[in-house]
Amino acid sequence: MSALSRNCIAFQTIFTKEVLRFMRIWVQTVVPPGITTALYFIIFGNLIGERIGEMEGYSYIEFIVPGLILMSVITSSYSNVVSSFYFSKFGHHIEELLVSPVPNWIILAGYICGGVARGVVVGIVVTLVSLMFADVSIHSYLLTLAVFVLTSILFALAGFINAVYANSFDDISIVPTFVLTPLTYLGGIFYSIRMLPEFWQTLSLANPVLYMINAFRYGILGVSDINLGVAFAIILLFIVVLALFSLSLLRRGVGIKS
Amino acid sequence: MSVAAYQMTALSIRNLQKTYASGVVALKGIDLDVEQGDFFALLGPNGAGKSTAIGIICSLVNKSSGTVQVFGHDLDSNPGAVKQCIGLVPQEFNFNQFEPLEEIVANQAGYYGVERKEAFRRAEVCLRQLDLWGKHREIARSLSGGMKRRLMIARALVHQPKLLILDEPTAGVDIEIRHAMWDLLREINRQGTTIILTTHYLEEAERMCRHIGIINQGEIIERTSLSQFLNKLSSESFELNLRKGLADFPDQSMGGFALHRLDDHTLEVEVAKGQSINSLFTLLSERDIEVVGMRSAQNRLEQLFMDIVTSSREASVK
Repeated sequence: MSALSRNCIAFQTIFTKEVLRFMRIWVQTVVPPGITTALYFIIFGNLIGERIGEMEGYSYIEFIVPGLILMSVITSSYSNVVSSFYFSKFGHHIEELLVSPVPNWIILAGYICGGVARGVVVGIVVTLVSLMFADVSIHSYLLTLAVFVLTSILFALAGFINAVYANSFDDISIVPTFVLTPLTYLGGIFYSIRMLPEFWQTLSLANPVLYMINAFRYGILGVSDINLGVAFAIILLFIVVLALFSLSLLRRGVGIKS
Repeated sequence: MSVAAYQMTALSIRNLQKTYASGVVALKGIDLDVEQGDFFALLGPNGAGKSTAIGIICSLVNKSSGTVQVFGHDLDSNPGAVKQCIGLVPQEFNFNQFEPLEEIVANQAGYYGVERKEAFRRAEVCLRQLDLWGKHREIARSLSGGMKRRLMIARALVHQPKLLILDEPTAGVDIEIRHAMWDLLREINRQGTTIILTTHYLEEAERMCRHIGIINQGEIIERTSLSQFLNKLSSESFELNLRKGLADFPDQSMGGFALHRLDDHTLEVEVAKGQSINSLFTLLSERDIEVVGMRSAQNRLEQLFMDIVTSSREASVK
Protein backbone atom coordinates (compact mmCIF):
# COMPACT_ATOMS: atom_id res chain seq x y z
CA MET A 1 0.00 0.00 0.00
CA SER A 2 1.38 3.41 -0.96
CA ALA A 3 1.94 6.11 1.63
CA LEU A 4 -0.68 8.23 -0.14
CA SER A 5 -3.44 5.61 0.20
CA ARG A 6 -2.44 4.95 3.82
CA ASN A 7 -2.64 8.68 4.57
CA CYS A 8 -5.99 8.97 2.78
CA ILE A 9 -7.43 6.18 4.95
CA ALA A 10 -5.99 7.74 8.10
CA PHE A 11 -7.49 11.12 7.15
CA GLN A 12 -10.85 9.53 6.42
CA THR A 13 -10.73 7.77 9.82
CA ILE A 14 -10.00 10.96 11.77
CA PHE A 15 -12.57 12.95 9.79
CA THR A 16 -15.30 10.31 10.21
CA LYS A 17 -14.53 10.07 13.93
CA GLU A 18 -14.81 13.85 14.30
CA VAL A 19 -18.10 14.06 12.38
CA LEU A 20 -19.59 11.16 14.37
CA ARG A 21 -18.48 12.87 17.57
CA PHE A 22 -20.41 16.10 17.00
CA MET A 23 -23.36 14.36 15.35
CA ARG A 24 -23.73 12.03 18.36
CA ILE A 25 -24.32 15.11 20.52
CA TRP A 26 -26.25 17.13 17.92
CA VAL A 27 -28.53 18.60 20.59
CA GLN A 28 -25.50 20.33 22.09
CA THR A 29 -23.63 21.09 18.87
CA VAL A 30 -26.15 21.81 16.09
CA VAL A 31 -29.40 22.95 17.69
CA PRO A 32 -28.20 25.84 19.97
CA PRO A 33 -26.85 28.05 17.12
CA GLY A 34 -30.21 27.73 15.36
CA ILE A 35 -32.08 28.85 18.50
CA THR A 36 -29.63 31.69 19.21
CA THR A 37 -29.95 32.95 15.62
CA ALA A 38 -33.74 32.82 15.79
CA LEU A 39 -33.60 34.97 18.96
CA TYR A 40 -31.29 37.47 17.24
CA PHE A 41 -33.74 37.76 14.36
CA ILE A 42 -36.73 38.19 16.66
CA ILE A 43 -35.08 40.82 18.87
CA PHE A 44 -32.63 42.67 16.61
CA GLY A 45 -34.32 41.97 13.31
CA ASN A 46 -38.03 42.28 13.98
CA LEU A 47 -38.46 44.26 17.21
CA ILE A 48 -35.53 46.71 17.04
CA GLY A 49 -34.64 46.41 13.37
CA GLU A 50 -37.94 47.85 12.11
CA ARG A 51 -37.14 51.13 13.91
CA ILE A 52 -33.61 51.30 12.42
CA GLY A 53 -34.76 51.28 8.81
CA GLU A 54 -32.54 50.52 5.82
CA MET A 55 -28.78 49.89 5.89
CA GLU A 56 -26.67 49.93 2.69
CA GLY A 57 -29.92 49.68 0.72
CA TYR A 58 -31.25 46.62 2.58
CA SER A 59 -33.72 46.24 5.44
CA TYR A 60 -31.88 45.81 8.75
CA ILE A 61 -32.97 42.18 9.12
CA GLU A 62 -31.52 41.38 5.65
CA PHE A 63 -28.34 43.28 6.47
CA ILE A 64 -27.56 41.20 9.56
CA VAL A 65 -28.23 37.79 7.93
CA PRO A 66 -24.66 37.22 6.56
CA GLY A 67 -23.05 38.30 9.84
CA LEU A 68 -25.22 36.03 11.94
CA ILE A 69 -24.58 33.02 9.69
CA LEU A 70 -20.83 33.62 9.70
CA MET A 71 -20.78 34.20 13.46
CA SER A 72 -22.33 30.75 13.98
CA VAL A 73 -19.84 29.20 11.57
CA ILE A 74 -16.90 30.87 13.33
CA THR A 75 -18.04 29.77 16.78
CA SER A 76 -18.89 26.22 15.71
CA SER A 77 -15.65 25.57 13.81
CA TYR A 78 -13.58 26.97 16.64
CA SER A 79 -15.37 25.20 19.46
CA ASN A 80 -15.47 21.86 17.63
CA VAL A 81 -11.71 21.66 17.26
CA VAL A 82 -10.80 23.21 20.59
CA SER A 83 -13.10 20.90 22.56
CA SER A 84 -12.35 17.74 20.58
CA PHE A 85 -8.58 18.13 20.58
CA TYR A 86 -8.41 19.27 24.20
CA PHE A 87 -10.65 16.38 25.27
CA SER A 88 -8.36 13.95 23.43
CA LYS A 89 -5.40 15.44 25.34
CA PHE A 90 -7.28 15.33 28.62
CA GLY A 91 -8.35 11.69 28.12
CA HIS A 92 -4.93 10.79 26.66
CA HIS A 93 -6.52 9.27 23.55
CA ILE A 94 -4.46 11.65 21.42
CA GLU A 95 -1.83 8.96 22.11
CA GLU A 96 -3.73 6.67 19.72
CA LEU A 97 -2.67 9.02 16.94
CA LEU A 98 0.81 9.80 18.27
CA VAL A 99 1.86 6.14 18.35
CA SER A 100 0.50 5.50 14.85
CA PRO A 101 2.29 6.40 11.61
CA VAL A 102 -0.13 9.21 10.76
CA PRO A 103 1.85 12.29 9.63
CA ASN A 104 1.25 15.51 11.55
CA TRP A 105 -0.33 17.26 8.57
CA ILE A 106 -2.93 14.49 8.29
CA ILE A 107 -3.75 14.80 12.00
CA LEU A 108 -4.16 18.55 11.54
CA ALA A 109 -6.18 18.17 8.33
CA GLY A 110 -8.48 15.61 9.98
CA TYR A 111 -9.28 17.83 12.95
CA ILE A 112 -9.64 20.98 10.81
CA CYS A 113 -11.98 19.29 8.32
CA GLY A 114 -14.01 17.98 11.28
CA GLY A 115 -14.35 21.60 12.44
CA VAL A 116 -15.28 22.74 8.93
CA ALA A 117 -17.88 19.94 8.72
CA ARG A 118 -19.54 21.20 11.90
CA GLY A 119 -19.35 24.75 10.53
CA VAL A 120 -21.11 23.59 7.34
CA VAL A 121 -23.86 21.72 9.22
CA VAL A 122 -24.45 24.64 11.60
CA GLY A 123 -24.25 27.10 8.68
CA ILE A 124 -27.01 25.21 6.85
CA VAL A 125 -29.20 25.13 9.98
CA VAL A 126 -28.70 28.86 10.63
CA THR A 127 -29.34 29.70 6.96
CA LEU A 128 -32.62 27.77 7.09
CA VAL A 129 -33.59 29.67 10.25
CA SER A 130 -32.64 32.97 8.53
CA LEU A 131 -34.91 32.19 5.60
CA MET A 132 -37.83 32.02 8.04
CA PHE A 133 -37.25 35.67 8.93
CA ALA A 134 -35.70 37.31 5.87
CA ASP A 135 -36.06 36.94 2.13
CA VAL A 136 -32.45 36.80 1.00
CA SER A 137 -31.14 35.90 -2.46
CA ILE A 138 -27.44 35.13 -2.88
CA HIS A 139 -25.38 37.57 -4.95
CA SER A 140 -22.48 35.16 -5.68
CA TYR A 141 -22.63 31.48 -4.69
CA LEU A 142 -18.93 30.91 -5.41
CA LEU A 143 -17.79 33.86 -3.34
CA THR A 144 -20.15 33.01 -0.49
CA LEU A 145 -18.97 29.41 -0.40
CA ALA A 146 -15.30 30.41 -0.61
CA VAL A 147 -15.53 32.85 2.31
CA PHE A 148 -17.64 30.38 4.28
CA VAL A 149 -15.10 27.54 3.94
CA LEU A 150 -11.97 29.68 4.33
CA THR A 151 -13.32 31.39 7.47
CA SER A 152 -14.25 28.02 8.89
CA ILE A 153 -10.74 26.68 8.22
CA LEU A 154 -9.16 29.76 9.80
CA PHE A 155 -11.12 29.48 13.04
CA ALA A 156 -10.75 25.72 13.20
CA LEU A 157 -6.97 26.32 13.09
CA ALA A 158 -7.26 28.94 15.83
CA GLY A 159 -9.26 26.45 17.92
CA PHE A 160 -6.56 23.83 17.38
CA ILE A 161 -3.83 26.16 18.66
CA ASN A 162 -5.97 27.07 21.68
CA ALA A 163 -6.42 23.35 22.45
CA VAL A 164 -2.69 22.63 22.16
CA TYR A 165 -1.88 25.28 24.77
CA ALA A 166 -4.88 24.59 27.02
CA ASN A 167 -4.09 22.96 30.34
CA SER A 168 -7.62 23.00 31.78
CA PHE A 169 -11.22 23.27 30.65
CA ASP A 170 -11.11 26.96 31.69
CA ASP A 171 -8.39 27.55 29.10
CA ILE A 172 -10.64 26.46 26.26
CA SER A 173 -13.34 28.96 27.17
CA ILE A 174 -11.13 31.99 27.91
CA VAL A 175 -10.22 32.76 24.29
CA PRO A 176 -13.78 32.40 22.93
CA THR A 177 -15.18 34.57 25.74
CA PHE A 178 -12.58 37.31 25.91
CA VAL A 179 -11.21 37.41 22.36
CA LEU A 180 -13.43 35.70 19.83
CA THR A 181 -16.82 37.04 20.93
CA PRO A 182 -15.73 40.73 21.18
CA LEU A 183 -13.95 40.55 17.81
CA THR A 184 -17.00 38.96 16.21
CA TYR A 185 -19.50 41.43 17.68
CA LEU A 186 -17.25 44.35 16.76
CA GLY A 187 -16.64 42.90 13.29
CA GLY A 188 -19.65 44.56 11.72
CA ILE A 189 -22.33 41.92 12.15
CA PHE A 190 -24.94 44.41 13.27
CA TYR A 191 -23.68 47.61 11.62
CA SER A 192 -21.71 49.07 8.76
CA ILE A 193 -18.42 50.62 9.88
CA ARG A 194 -19.31 53.65 7.72
CA MET A 195 -21.68 54.58 10.56
CA LEU A 196 -18.73 54.94 12.96
CA PRO A 197 -16.61 58.08 13.58
CA GLU A 198 -13.37 58.09 11.60
CA PHE A 199 -11.17 57.00 14.53
CA TRP A 200 -13.31 53.93 15.24
CA GLN A 201 -13.52 53.14 11.54
CA THR A 202 -9.73 53.05 11.35
CA LEU A 203 -9.50 51.00 14.54
CA SER A 204 -12.07 48.53 13.21
CA LEU A 205 -9.78 47.79 10.27
CA ALA A 206 -7.41 46.07 12.71
CA ASN A 207 -10.09 43.48 13.44
CA PRO A 208 -9.60 40.47 11.09
CA VAL A 209 -13.19 39.30 11.58
CA LEU A 210 -14.39 42.51 9.90
CA TYR A 211 -12.84 41.36 6.60
CA MET A 212 -14.50 37.96 6.75
CA ILE A 213 -17.95 39.27 7.60
CA ASN A 214 -17.79 41.92 4.90
CA ALA A 215 -16.54 39.49 2.27
CA PHE A 216 -19.34 37.11 3.22
CA ARG A 217 -21.86 39.95 3.16
CA TYR A 218 -20.66 40.84 -0.33
CA GLY A 219 -21.17 37.23 -1.42
CA ILE A 220 -24.78 37.27 -0.19
CA LEU A 221 -25.95 40.87 -0.56
CA GLY A 222 -23.37 42.38 -2.92
CA VAL A 223 -22.40 45.16 -0.48
CA SER A 224 -19.21 45.51 1.58
CA ASP A 225 -17.29 48.11 3.57
CA ILE A 226 -14.00 46.42 2.62
CA ASN A 227 -12.10 45.74 -0.60
CA LEU A 228 -12.62 42.05 -1.48
CA GLY A 229 -9.05 41.49 -2.60
CA VAL A 230 -7.74 42.76 0.72
CA ALA A 231 -10.26 40.61 2.59
CA PHE A 232 -9.18 37.41 0.76
CA ALA A 233 -5.49 38.25 1.16
CA ILE A 234 -5.93 38.68 4.91
CA ILE A 235 -7.96 35.46 5.31
CA LEU A 236 -5.43 33.43 3.30
CA LEU A 237 -2.48 34.97 5.11
CA PHE A 238 -3.98 34.04 8.48
CA ILE A 239 -4.70 30.50 7.30
CA VAL A 240 -1.13 29.97 6.09
CA VAL A 241 0.43 31.42 9.25
CA LEU A 242 -1.85 29.49 11.63
CA ALA A 243 -1.43 26.22 9.68
CA LEU A 244 2.38 26.49 9.71
CA PHE A 245 2.34 27.35 13.41
CA SER A 246 0.02 24.41 14.18
CA LEU A 247 2.29 22.00 12.30
CA SER A 248 5.27 23.34 14.18
CA LEU A 249 3.46 22.75 17.49
CA LEU A 250 2.66 19.18 16.48
CA ARG A 251 6.21 18.52 15.30
CA ARG A 252 7.63 19.74 18.60
CA GLY A 253 4.93 17.93 20.56
CA VAL A 254 3.96 21.08 22.46
CA GLY A 255 1.26 20.26 25.00
CA ILE A 256 1.08 16.62 23.95
CA LYS A 257 4.53 15.14 24.57
CA SER A 258 6.87 15.38 27.55
CA MET B 1 11.37 -20.22 20.24
CA SER B 2 15.01 -21.29 20.11
CA VAL B 3 17.90 -18.85 19.99
CA ALA B 4 18.67 -20.05 16.47
CA ALA B 5 15.28 -18.79 15.32
CA TYR B 6 16.20 -15.19 16.13
CA GLN B 7 16.89 -13.38 12.89
CA MET B 8 17.49 -9.75 13.67
CA THR B 9 17.28 -7.14 16.40
CA ALA B 10 13.71 -6.04 17.02
CA LEU B 11 14.76 -3.13 19.18
CA SER B 12 18.11 -1.45 19.46
CA ILE B 13 18.66 1.48 21.79
CA ARG B 14 21.95 3.35 22.06
CA ASN B 15 22.93 5.97 24.62
CA LEU B 16 19.31 6.98 25.15
CA GLN B 17 19.03 9.97 27.46
CA LYS B 18 16.06 11.88 28.72
CA THR B 19 16.01 14.94 30.93
CA TYR B 20 12.57 16.41 31.55
CA ALA B 21 11.93 20.16 31.53
CA SER B 22 11.71 19.99 35.33
CA GLY B 23 15.35 18.90 35.39
CA VAL B 24 14.60 15.30 36.34
CA VAL B 25 17.02 12.94 34.61
CA ALA B 26 14.92 9.90 33.74
CA LEU B 27 17.38 8.07 31.48
CA LYS B 28 21.16 8.36 31.75
CA GLY B 29 22.25 6.94 28.41
CA ILE B 30 20.88 3.41 28.25
CA ASP B 31 21.85 0.74 25.70
CA LEU B 32 19.45 -2.12 25.10
CA ASP B 33 18.92 -4.79 22.44
CA VAL B 34 15.90 -7.04 22.14
CA GLU B 35 16.07 -9.85 19.61
CA GLN B 36 13.29 -10.64 17.17
CA GLY B 37 10.86 -13.20 18.57
CA ASP B 38 11.97 -12.65 22.16
CA PHE B 39 9.68 -12.27 25.14
CA PHE B 40 11.55 -9.62 27.09
CA ALA B 41 10.81 -8.22 30.54
CA LEU B 42 11.90 -4.69 31.35
CA LEU B 43 11.88 -4.53 35.12
CA GLY B 44 12.59 -1.82 37.62
CA PRO B 45 11.20 -0.07 40.67
CA ASN B 46 8.77 2.85 40.38
CA GLY B 47 10.39 5.89 38.78
CA ALA B 48 13.29 3.85 37.38
CA GLY B 49 12.71 5.06 33.80
CA LYS B 50 10.77 2.14 32.28
CA SER B 51 7.77 4.16 31.13
CA THR B 52 10.00 6.96 29.85
CA ALA B 53 11.97 4.47 27.74
CA ILE B 54 8.75 2.98 26.38
CA GLY B 55 7.33 6.47 25.79
CA ILE B 56 10.36 7.38 23.69
CA ILE B 57 10.24 4.14 21.67
CA CYS B 58 6.54 4.76 20.96
CA SER B 59 6.96 8.48 20.14
CA LEU B 60 5.00 9.68 23.16
CA VAL B 61 8.03 11.27 24.82
CA ASN B 62 10.73 13.36 23.11
CA LYS B 63 14.21 12.00 23.79
CA SER B 64 17.06 14.29 24.80
CA SER B 65 19.66 12.29 22.86
CA GLY B 66 20.55 8.83 21.65
CA THR B 67 19.16 6.55 18.96
CA VAL B 68 16.28 4.09 18.75
CA GLN B 69 15.98 1.52 15.98
CA VAL B 70 13.05 -0.86 15.53
CA PHE B 71 13.56 -3.71 13.06
CA GLY B 72 16.36 -1.66 11.49
CA HIS B 73 14.25 1.51 11.07
CA ASP B 74 15.61 4.61 12.76
CA LEU B 75 13.14 6.60 14.85
CA ASP B 76 14.63 9.95 13.79
CA SER B 77 14.90 9.37 10.06
CA ASN B 78 11.93 7.01 9.51
CA PRO B 79 9.42 7.41 12.35
CA GLY B 80 6.54 6.14 10.21
CA ALA B 81 8.20 2.78 9.60
CA VAL B 82 9.08 2.46 13.30
CA LYS B 83 5.49 3.20 14.36
CA GLN B 84 4.11 0.74 11.81
CA CYS B 85 6.04 -2.05 13.58
CA ILE B 86 4.89 -1.26 17.12
CA GLY B 87 1.71 -1.99 19.07
CA LEU B 88 1.48 -0.37 22.50
CA VAL B 89 -0.58 -1.33 25.52
CA PRO B 90 0.01 1.59 27.88
CA GLN B 91 -0.21 1.63 31.64
CA GLU B 92 -3.12 4.11 31.80
CA PHE B 93 -6.42 3.79 29.95
CA ASN B 94 -6.04 6.05 26.93
CA PHE B 95 -9.11 5.51 24.77
CA ASN B 96 -12.19 7.66 24.39
CA GLN B 97 -14.49 6.34 27.11
CA PHE B 98 -17.54 7.51 25.16
CA GLU B 99 -16.85 5.57 21.98
CA PRO B 100 -18.11 2.04 21.28
CA LEU B 101 -15.46 -0.69 21.54
CA GLU B 102 -15.75 -1.63 17.89
CA GLU B 103 -15.06 1.94 16.77
CA ILE B 104 -12.07 2.34 19.10
CA VAL B 105 -10.38 -0.73 17.65
CA ALA B 106 -11.39 -0.10 14.02
CA ASN B 107 -10.28 3.54 14.18
CA GLN B 108 -6.87 2.45 15.42
CA ALA B 109 -6.59 0.16 12.38
CA GLY B 110 -7.57 3.12 10.19
CA TYR B 111 -4.69 5.19 11.57
CA TYR B 112 -2.37 2.45 10.29
CA GLY B 113 -3.92 2.59 6.81
CA VAL B 114 -6.31 -0.36 7.10
CA GLU B 115 -9.40 0.24 4.95
CA ARG B 116 -12.67 0.81 6.83
CA LYS B 117 -14.34 -2.50 5.95
CA GLU B 118 -11.22 -4.53 6.71
CA ALA B 119 -10.66 -2.48 9.89
CA PHE B 120 -14.07 -3.52 11.24
CA ARG B 121 -13.41 -7.16 10.27
CA ARG B 122 -10.11 -7.08 12.15
CA ALA B 123 -11.75 -5.33 15.09
CA GLU B 124 -14.20 -8.21 15.33
CA VAL B 125 -11.38 -10.78 15.25
CA CYS B 126 -9.41 -8.96 17.97
CA LEU B 127 -12.42 -8.33 20.18
CA ARG B 128 -13.43 -12.01 19.91
CA GLN B 129 -9.86 -13.03 20.74
CA LEU B 130 -10.02 -10.92 23.90
CA ASP B 131 -13.54 -12.14 24.71
CA LEU B 132 -15.07 -8.68 24.28
CA TRP B 133 -17.19 -9.16 21.16
CA GLY B 134 -20.36 -9.43 23.24
CA LYS B 135 -19.91 -5.77 24.17
CA HIS B 136 -18.68 -4.41 20.83
CA ARG B 137 -21.45 -1.80 20.52
CA GLU B 138 -21.22 -0.61 24.13
CA ILE B 139 -19.25 2.48 25.07
CA ALA B 140 -15.91 1.82 26.73
CA ARG B 141 -16.91 3.58 29.93
CA SER B 142 -19.33 0.76 30.74
CA LEU B 143 -16.53 -1.84 30.89
CA SER B 144 -14.89 -3.19 34.04
CA GLY B 145 -11.19 -2.49 34.69
CA GLY B 146 -10.12 -5.90 33.41
CA MET B 147 -12.18 -5.49 30.24
CA LYS B 148 -10.64 -2.09 29.61
CA ARG B 149 -7.17 -3.65 29.83
CA ARG B 150 -8.23 -6.31 27.34
CA LEU B 151 -9.65 -3.62 25.06
CA MET B 152 -6.25 -1.93 24.98
CA ILE B 153 -4.62 -5.23 24.00
CA ALA B 154 -7.19 -5.73 21.22
CA ARG B 155 -6.49 -2.20 19.99
CA ALA B 156 -2.73 -2.76 20.04
CA LEU B 157 -3.05 -5.98 18.02
CA VAL B 158 -5.42 -4.74 15.31
CA HIS B 159 -2.68 -3.59 12.92
CA GLN B 160 -0.74 -6.82 13.46
CA PRO B 161 2.44 -5.30 14.93
CA LYS B 162 5.80 -7.07 14.85
CA LEU B 163 6.72 -5.66 18.25
CA LEU B 164 4.16 -5.56 21.04
CA ILE B 165 5.01 -3.41 24.06
CA LEU B 166 2.97 -3.90 27.21
CA ASP B 167 3.37 -1.51 30.11
CA GLU B 168 1.91 -3.16 33.23
CA PRO B 169 -0.80 -4.98 31.25
CA THR B 170 -2.17 -7.00 34.16
CA ALA B 171 -2.23 -4.30 36.83
CA GLY B 172 -5.51 -4.54 38.70
CA VAL B 173 -6.68 -7.59 36.76
CA ASP B 174 -8.12 -10.57 38.62
CA ILE B 175 -6.20 -13.85 38.64
CA GLU B 176 -8.46 -15.67 36.17
CA ILE B 177 -8.22 -12.93 33.55
CA ARG B 178 -4.50 -12.58 34.23
CA HIS B 179 -3.95 -16.25 33.42
CA ALA B 180 -6.05 -15.92 30.27
CA MET B 181 -3.98 -12.90 29.25
CA TRP B 182 -0.74 -14.81 29.86
CA ASP B 183 -1.96 -17.62 27.62
CA LEU B 184 -2.90 -15.14 24.91
CA LEU B 185 0.45 -13.33 25.10
CA ARG B 186 2.35 -16.62 24.94
CA GLU B 187 0.36 -17.57 21.85
CA ILE B 188 1.00 -14.19 20.20
CA ASN B 189 4.72 -14.59 20.94
CA ARG B 190 4.70 -18.16 19.64
CA GLN B 191 3.30 -16.84 16.35
CA GLY B 192 6.39 -14.63 15.99
CA THR B 193 5.53 -11.30 17.59
CA THR B 194 8.32 -9.89 19.73
CA ILE B 195 7.01 -8.84 23.12
CA ILE B 196 8.44 -6.37 25.63
CA LEU B 197 6.71 -6.41 28.99
CA THR B 198 7.06 -4.22 32.01
CA THR B 199 5.47 -5.50 35.17
CA HIS B 200 5.63 -5.27 38.92
CA TYR B 201 4.48 -8.88 39.19
CA LEU B 202 7.84 -10.61 39.00
CA GLU B 203 6.11 -13.98 38.98
CA GLU B 204 4.60 -12.86 35.66
CA ALA B 205 8.03 -12.03 34.24
CA GLU B 206 9.46 -15.33 35.50
CA ARG B 207 6.63 -17.34 33.92
CA MET B 208 6.57 -15.56 30.57
CA CYS B 209 9.90 -14.05 29.63
CA ARG B 210 13.12 -15.45 28.22
CA HIS B 211 15.26 -12.38 28.72
CA ILE B 212 15.17 -9.57 31.22
CA GLY B 213 16.56 -6.08 31.59
CA ILE B 214 16.59 -4.30 34.91
CA ILE B 215 16.54 -0.55 34.93
CA ASN B 216 17.20 1.49 38.03
CA GLN B 217 17.66 5.23 38.43
CA GLY B 218 17.80 5.69 34.66
CA GLU B 219 20.45 3.04 34.01
CA ILE B 220 20.32 -0.56 32.80
CA ILE B 221 21.94 -2.52 35.61
CA GLU B 222 21.27 -6.02 34.27
CA ARG B 223 20.55 -7.47 30.84
CA THR B 224 20.62 -11.23 30.56
CA SER B 225 18.59 -14.37 29.95
CA LEU B 226 16.20 -15.31 32.70
CA SER B 227 17.85 -18.69 33.27
CA GLN B 228 21.31 -17.14 33.65
CA PHE B 229 19.90 -14.55 35.97
CA LEU B 230 18.22 -17.13 38.19
CA ASN B 231 21.50 -19.06 38.32
CA LYS B 232 22.89 -16.18 40.32
CA LEU B 233 20.77 -17.20 43.28
CA SER B 234 23.15 -18.41 46.01
CA SER B 235 20.33 -19.86 48.07
CA GLU B 236 16.58 -20.29 48.00
CA SER B 237 14.08 -20.35 50.85
CA PHE B 238 11.22 -22.83 51.06
CA GLU B 239 8.28 -23.13 53.39
CA LEU B 240 7.47 -26.66 54.56
CA ASN B 241 3.93 -27.46 55.70
CA LEU B 242 3.91 -30.07 58.49
CA ARG B 243 1.24 -32.63 59.31
CA LYS B 244 1.71 -32.41 63.08
CA GLY B 245 2.24 -29.21 65.02
CA LEU B 246 5.64 -28.34 66.51
CA ALA B 247 5.08 -26.60 69.81
CA ASP B 248 8.74 -26.06 70.54
CA PHE B 249 11.31 -25.96 67.75
CA PRO B 250 14.17 -23.46 68.18
CA ASP B 251 16.02 -22.11 65.11
CA GLN B 252 18.71 -24.61 64.30
CA SER B 253 20.93 -26.07 61.60
CA MET B 254 20.09 -29.61 60.53
CA GLY B 255 22.49 -31.35 58.15
CA GLY B 256 23.70 -27.98 56.85
CA PHE B 257 20.16 -26.57 56.36
CA ALA B 258 19.16 -23.51 58.39
CA LEU B 259 15.67 -24.11 59.80
CA HIS B 260 13.36 -21.51 61.25
CA ARG B 261 9.91 -22.18 62.75
CA LEU B 262 7.28 -19.77 61.33
CA ASP B 263 4.33 -21.24 63.24
CA ASP B 264 3.21 -24.62 64.69
CA HIS B 265 2.75 -26.15 61.25
CA THR B 266 5.31 -24.27 59.13
CA LEU B 267 9.08 -24.39 58.92
CA GLU B 268 11.25 -22.21 56.70
CA VAL B 269 14.41 -23.72 55.28
CA GLU B 270 17.23 -22.10 53.35
CA VAL B 271 18.73 -24.31 50.64
CA ALA B 272 22.11 -23.27 49.27
CA LYS B 273 22.85 -23.53 45.53
CA GLY B 274 23.87 -27.13 44.74
CA GLN B 275 22.52 -28.53 47.98
CA SER B 276 20.12 -31.50 47.64
CA ILE B 277 16.94 -31.09 49.62
CA ASN B 278 16.33 -34.90 49.79
CA SER B 279 18.68 -35.28 52.71
CA LEU B 280 16.66 -32.77 54.68
CA PHE B 281 13.48 -34.82 54.23
CA THR B 282 15.35 -37.89 55.49
CA LEU B 283 16.53 -35.99 58.58
CA LEU B 284 13.05 -34.67 59.27
CA SER B 285 11.50 -38.17 58.91
CA GLU B 286 14.01 -39.52 61.43
CA ARG B 287 12.65 -36.96 63.90
CA ASP B 288 9.05 -37.90 63.08
CA ILE B 289 8.40 -34.60 61.33
CA GLU B 290 6.20 -35.27 58.32
CA VAL B 291 6.14 -32.76 55.46
CA VAL B 292 2.82 -32.60 53.60
CA GLY B 293 3.51 -29.60 51.38
CA MET B 294 6.24 -27.27 50.22
CA ARG B 295 6.46 -23.94 48.38
CA SER B 296 9.03 -21.28 47.58
CA ALA B 297 9.10 -18.75 50.42
CA GLN B 298 9.83 -15.96 47.96
CA ASN B 299 9.61 -15.71 44.19
CA ARG B 300 13.13 -16.43 42.92
CA LEU B 301 13.18 -13.51 40.53
CA GLU B 302 11.82 -11.22 43.22
CA GLN B 303 14.62 -12.25 45.56
CA LEU B 304 17.32 -11.50 42.98
CA PHE B 305 15.60 -8.34 41.83
CA MET B 306 15.56 -6.97 45.36
CA ASP B 307 19.24 -7.86 45.85
CA ILE B 308 20.39 -6.24 42.63
CA VAL B 309 18.27 -3.09 42.96
CA THR B 310 19.33 -2.59 46.58
CA SER B 311 23.02 -3.03 45.82
CA SER B 312 22.73 -0.68 42.83
CA ARG B 313 21.07 1.93 45.05
CA GLU B 314 23.74 1.54 47.73
CA ALA B 315 26.51 1.84 45.13
CA SER B 316 25.02 5.07 43.78
CA VAL B 317 24.75 6.54 47.32
CA LYS B 318 28.43 5.75 47.95
